[in-house]
Amino acid sequence: MLGYVTRRILIMIPTLLAISAITFVIIQLPPGDYLTSMVNEMQSRGESMDQGRLAMLRETYGLDRPMIEQYALWLAGMLRGDFGYSFEYNMPVSDVVGDRLVLTVVISVATIIFIWGVSFPIGIYSATHQYSLGDYTLTLLGFLGLAVPNFLLALVLLYLANVWFGTSIGGLMDPRFLGQPWSVPKAMSVLEHMWIPVMVIGTAGTAAMIRRLRANLLDELHKPYVVTARAKGLPPGRALWKYPLRVALNPFISDIGNLLPQIVSGAAVVSVVMSLPTTGPMLLQALRSQDMYLAGSFLMFLAVLTVVGVFLSDLALAALDPRIRLGGGSRR
Amino acid sequence: MSRTLLRVEDLKVDFHVPGGVVSAVRGVSFRVKAGSTVALVGESGSGKSVAAQSILRILPRSAAITGGRILFDPQAADGDPVNGDAINGNGANGNGGLIDIAGLKADGTTMRALRGGQISIIFQEPMTSLSPLHTIGDQVGEAVQLHQRVTAKQARALAEDMLRRVRFPDPRRALDTYPFELSGGLRQRAMIAMALVCRPALLIADEPTTALDVTIQAQILKLIKDLQADLGMAVLLITHDLGVVANLAEEVVVMHRGRVMESGTREDIFADPRHPYLKALLNAVPRFDMAPGERLVPIRSITSTGGSLLEKDHQPWSPTADEAGPLLAVDGICKRYGARKAGWFGAKAGAGTLAVDDVSFSIKRGECVGLVGESGCGKTTLSKILMRALTPDHGTVRFNDHGRIVDVLGLEGDALTAFRRKVQFVFQDPYGSLNPRMPVFDIIAEPLVIHGIGDEAERKARVKELMGLVGLDVRHLRRYPHSFSGGQRQRIGIARALALRPELLLLDEPVSALDVSIQAQVLNLLKDLKERLGLTYLFVSHNLAVVDYMADRILVMCRGRIVESAPREALFRNPVHPYTRALLAAVPEPDPSRPLSLTDLEEGRASDPARWPAPFTIDEAHQPHLVDLGNGHCVRAEASVRVKEVA
Repeated sequence: MLGYVTRRILIMIPTLLAISAITFVIIQLPPGDYLTSMVNEMQSRGESMDQGRLAMLRETYGLDRPMIEQYALWLAGMLRGDFGYSFEYNMPVSDVVGDRLVLTVVISVATIIFIWGVSFPIGIYSATHQYSLGDYTLTLLGFLGLAVPNFLLALVLLYLANVWFGTSIGGLMDPRFLGQPWSVPKAMSVLEHMWIPVMVIGTAGTAAMIRRLRANLLDELHKPYVVTARAKGLPPGRALWKYPLRVALNPFISDIGNLLPQIVSGAAVVSVVMSLPTTGPMLLQALRSQDMYLAGSFLMFLAVLTVVGVFLSDLALAALDPRIRLGGGSRR
Repeated sequence: MSRTLLRVEDLKVDFHVPGGVVSAVRGVSFRVKAGSTVALVGESGSGKSVAAQSILRILPRSAAITGGRILFDPQAADGDPVNGDAINGNGANGNGGLIDIAGLKADGTTMRALRGGQISIIFQEPMTSLSPLHTIGDQVGEAVQLHQRVTAKQARALAEDMLRRVRFPDPRRALDTYPFELSGGLRQRAMIAMALVCRPALLIADEPTTALDVTIQAQILKLIKDLQADLGMAVLLITHDLGVVANLAEEVVVMHRGRVMESGTREDIFADPRHPYLKALLNAVPRFDMAPGERLVPIRSITSTGGSLLEKDHQPWSPTADEAGPLLAVDGICKRYGARKAGWFGAKAGAGTLAVDDVSFSIKRGECVGLVGESGCGKTTLSKILMRALTPDHGTVRFNDHGRIVDVLGLEGDALTAFRRKVQFVFQDPYGSLNPRMPVFDIIAEPLVIHGIGDEAERKARVKELMGLVGLDVRHLRRYPHSFSGGQRQRIGIARALALRPELLLLDEPVSALDVSIQAQVLNLLKDLKERLGLTYLFVSHNLAVVDYMADRILVMCRGRIVESAPREALFRNPVHPYTRALLAAVPEPDPSRPLSLTDLEEGRASDPARWPAPFTIDEAHQPHLVDLGNGHCVRAEASVRVKEVA
């Protein structure tokens, strides 16, 4: 097992390297760089820029060097914890991202908990009461959640929260806490605002998860070992918990790795609509203005999240399922 | 001891399915005396399993008991001292009277206490009937803890004791193993241990050995018999295998379409079957003592029609073509599995297992060669190599294509595609081998489409003819596989294989998933087709009686090697190799006067080449080759005088 873990960790290194290379190349693919898009913008406003100053800027940021060298510099910087410099914000990338990253992680984790907390009981109920009124109702609700566009749901919920609870529109906290140091009332305000984005971002995932758990569990419920459990005299509840549910969990866990980046990147539209201070909108803007180090860092952040997430879910799977832990391809 | 333990009276069970109600059991009555063995016999769909599930009240949700009583007498087994504790420890019903199981709540406490405590069940599929995620110790111990007031530690000890009783080689270690780490036979033993750990008064064995090899089956049957004597329990045996019935049961109840056709003691039933259904069932089973040329009589026979279209563009064999050699010549095939390629950081590659070891044989045109062996002996691997689905490590396969010898393993591109028309495959599992989302027409026409044969009208005519050829109704061409029975699906598979008019059919266990009556039907069909179209078969099976019925020449395979090969009559009249003898001895015959000699079967020894007696031993020091005994009878042994003596 220990060998497996080390092997997996070691394999993550080349994976991440490959991702970083691809990321860097893709960011560089559009013609020009940040400076050309800046010059263009200034020209459209009728301003001009001194060529000498441009050349100086090019040199300081290393934009005139070959791509491979720029990549090497960027990579070396990241290893030291230096993610480069954001042209647009005129700040080191880590300073720009810092707070947003924390809030993004908070919202993502809350969303995952929401997805699991809601889809689990509903999925189990739907599977064990297949084709009942409750199953149909919940299924309908799930499909509604899947079908309603997120931004629409976001607007409706924002309106309702404002009318019913007096919550301020948009953002992740009341405007008066912006720029303030963290305090208990500020945290409370975040909590008060957070449920809407969590629900909005989570609905689609929840609906999909309900369907999957229902399908998985329905498959398992008809397996002979469930009959065996009943034939032993196990009460129905325990016979459900101990056997089919555990097997049906596998796809759930193997999905954690995909869920994380999906939530982080999929929430961009919602974040724009609700003006959430998360990473999504910033990534979008950085990509548009070719703010390459900022965009690159974001993409790397997503990549690390995916790779680590898959690794963790593989570990969890191995811990939960002896066939994976001990089988090792020896099955016929 | 002869008190009635269980009495089923006029039991009726209905299934509610979309489109109406199906009566699976329509008024079945029988009884089981304490300590005795009763067999419920019938084909699939006869309602025998449903009746058994009713006794445990573990019917699927769509089924309901609509009439009758199931009376269980918890006191009946009290005469037996071993049973006392288990029953009184957490007694189901203190009033001492009969319990009507049909009237209990299916998941109520009384029923739950009976289930697993006093009545328990073992199923057909030992792999899927055990949870893959829990250890054997957990699953067996859980049964104890449900029914007796014991600590987890005591439960573990009891489980270990029970595993010892079912002859686990190392019971303590077995507690912490998972089902997938065990062989099929050991899994079924674990299942039996789980069923018996609470010392039930009645064990329901639902096709307990159907999924197992013959030698393992014989061991499990012996085990059930021994444990029954040991624990004094009654057994309700559910099976379609009359051979198993003849060896185990004292009383027999024959079911057909939800009704009891005939019942009586084993001797009466086998000596004097009265009901036409039972007579028909007995006639449908292949036996070793069948007269030459005798045909099986299926319960519902099918007629095969047509064949002219298929023959139209089939090039006839010239008289000289056969002189070039046999249709298929296999020489020195070896295939090693499991030597996993080490990845970047991968574990060291192991030696792997030798699935096929130096196999050589040939098939003459028009012959049916039987390949017999237990699961894991390499017979399926071999058949896949022959059709180029797997590549062997060594060896050659030569095919005689109308006098032109083709090196099968060297074929590439168009030549390989052309070769595919000559050799086709029929699979074991009629459920898994047909695409459930394709109508039958598309399934049968697919080979024609792939090889670009005929236009649409031509294909239509051909598919219709193929349907007639396998005795299916052409009006069903638009249906999907799920609306056909297992036997019908297998016939669809055969029709698909015949679509290209191959020379050689590889039949991989074509009837092992079918009921006996259907089996006879398909076997007869295959025989007729072979005769009519002049086909050549390689018939792979673990069932010796079936191979005996079909084949002209038989190869016996064990651990990847052919250990004996002989013409059919010679092999059964005079088996030389100890493995062949063990296989033959393990087949239960549907004749009570010839019981299995269960004591002869030593656990697992028969299929271990290192433990075969000299001159058959195969180990590091001894690597015997096939020795010709004359008349085409070969056996793998050290070339010495002693072989001839044995023969």
